[in-house]
Amino acid sequence: MAVNIALPAQTRKNRLQERLLSHLSVLAIYAILLLGAVLVFFPFAWTISTSLKTEQQTLEYPPTWLPDPVQWENYPNALTARPFGQYYINTTIITVLSVIGQVMSSAVVAYGFARFRFPGRGFMFLVVLSTLMIPFHMLIIPRFILFKYLGWLDTFLPLIVPNFFGGAFSIFLLRQYFLTIPLDLDEAAKMDGATAFQIFIRIILPLARPALGAVAVFEFVSTWNDFLGPLIYLSSDRNYTVSIGLAAFRNDYFTAWHLFMAASAVAMLAPLVVFFLAQKYFIGGVALTGSGGSKG
Amino acid sequence: MKRRGPSARFREALNGYAFVSPWVIGFLIFVIGPMIGLIWLSFHRWDLIGDPRQVGWRNYERLLNDRLFLKSMEVTIIYGLGRVPLGIFVALGTALLLNNRRIKFIGIWRTIYYMPVVLPPVAIALVWMWIYNPRYGILNSTIQQVFGVPGPRWLDDPTLVLPSLMIMAVWVAAGRNMIIYLSGLQGISSELYEASAIDGAGYWRQFWRITLPLLTPVIFFNLITGMIDTFKLFSQAYIMTEGGPRNQSLFFTYYLFQKGFEQYQMGYASAMAVVVFFIIMALTLLVFRWSKAWVYYEGELTGSS
Repeated sequence: MAVNIALPAQTRKNRLQERLLSHLSVLAIYAILLLGAVLVFFPFAWTISTSLKTEQQTLEYPPTWLPDPVQWENYPNALTARPFGQYYINTTIITVLSVIGQVMSSAVVAYGFARFRFPGRGFMFLVVLSTLMIPFHMLIIPRFILFKYLGWLDTFLPLIVPNFFGGAFSIFLLRQYFLTIPLDLDEAAKMDGATAFQIFIRIILPLARPALGAVAVFEFVSTWNDFLGPLIYLSSDRNYTVSIGLAAFRNDYFTAWHLFMAASAVAMLAPLVVFFLAQKYFIGGVALTGSGGSKG
Repeated sequence: MKRRGPSARFREALNGYAFVSPWVIGFLIFVIGPMIGLIWLSFHRWDLIGDPRQVGWRNYERLLNDRLFLKSMEVTIIYGLGRVPLGIFVALGTALLLNNRRIKFIGIWRTIYYMPVVLPPVAIALVWMWIYNPRYGILNSTIQQVFGVPGPRWLDDPTLVLPSLMIMAVWVAAGRNMIIYLSGLQGISSELYEASAIDGAGYWRQFWRITLPLLTPVIFFNLITGMIDTFKLFSQAYIMTEGGPRNQSLFFTYYLFQKGFEQYQMGYASAMAVVVFFIIMALTLLVFRWSKAWVYYEGELTGSS
């Protein structure tokens, strides 16, 4: 890219050739990127296309891209074949409470790790990091039994309550971010007589918006999309989330692909909307993960 | 007669403990407790109804002869060995293409590639099942039209089921990893490139000597997260393949779920989890060890010329 510095005495013809070549390579890069984008959109397009076909059309060979006739009724039909409205409400309740719990508790804990010296801090933080590397699916059985004894099965509690004790990844992300906030601000507030908690609320939290946003959107996506948790803990239909509702719907009708695709499209809608509204938090958070991960 | 208040240092420590206490409590209740429970259960037989019965090491002995358990380990590891490098290759490749001053609209490309990351796995699984459908799926009809030959049976073919699931997984996750690489690339100081350009280094030489070594921490991070994700794989097996055909997609978590929550063999499933827990720990330690040989940390660069 910085070739020109080293090559002062090029003939004009050579330089022209070089420029042409680099224009071509830029064009080639665009072509590859475009192909990638087409590959990303392809499953979406196939979903929407199928979701508007009649059942008969989905079973035609060869399949076509354009539905004819366009069957809009698939959407209401799919969404009433099972109480998807209820599933949406359930998922929203679980997700909103989980996000609130996760953000609040992780911020509190991360503040403790970032701003106070106490015996055992290094070790405890190491434990937080090491739990990042444990696939917690290993613990589904004892956790299930724990929640059974608490009488929490078939309620939303097993899915929500653990989020109020901080998540390892969120704590890690927030701590890294808090460390970048200059200590002078804390000191100044301390001079004015602010308590540790007041400093946390008035100084640290407002400055940590991007990291808090990232934690919130990641938690949103992981709770909204969770499948194994709700599958194990929820048993009655009225408590289902969208994901297990969708899985159950599939078992009701084995080949109603036009309806499955309509229901899937609707299931994808909420996370996609949140993604488009909160894009900068997603992208910023992922970038933060990478740089944090490489140093941690 | 005023008593002296606690020293500042003591107060600071007390504050610190107070702030981290939610995590400590949660860790004891939701991690340490269940871990102890898991180990205890692994020495018992229990169907959730009667009382647990102590069976000594019998669950572990049974594991050694459980062909399905061994199969599930094999399938999970083969999948990981394919999926993780493939994911790194695609994500890093895309990031390299985007990390070019002359490529515009980076924000838009990033947004497009990231989209699949946020989707519900169950919906993704249904959509890809339909794409892979041997007869009515769009993939095989495209193959038929373009190449004039019938496409393979994808998820129904024991040799193709894992590659099919890998492709789907890369479609889902490439966008996230691409952004991680891109931010890593943007963190590399341009002085390094300028200096090596003066020495006459071309693009590929720069790639091997500067870009790749400086990205190794990110690649390492990607490797570890990819490994953990592999052991969490569940919804694909549950929705798309039910572990088949011929148990070729019997991922570990799915098998654990079957034993625990379909056959109610809580003790046996716990023993399985304990063993895999140690396997994962060993693998992680191994990768960490190995990483010392190839992962480059910033401090080192200034040390070695």
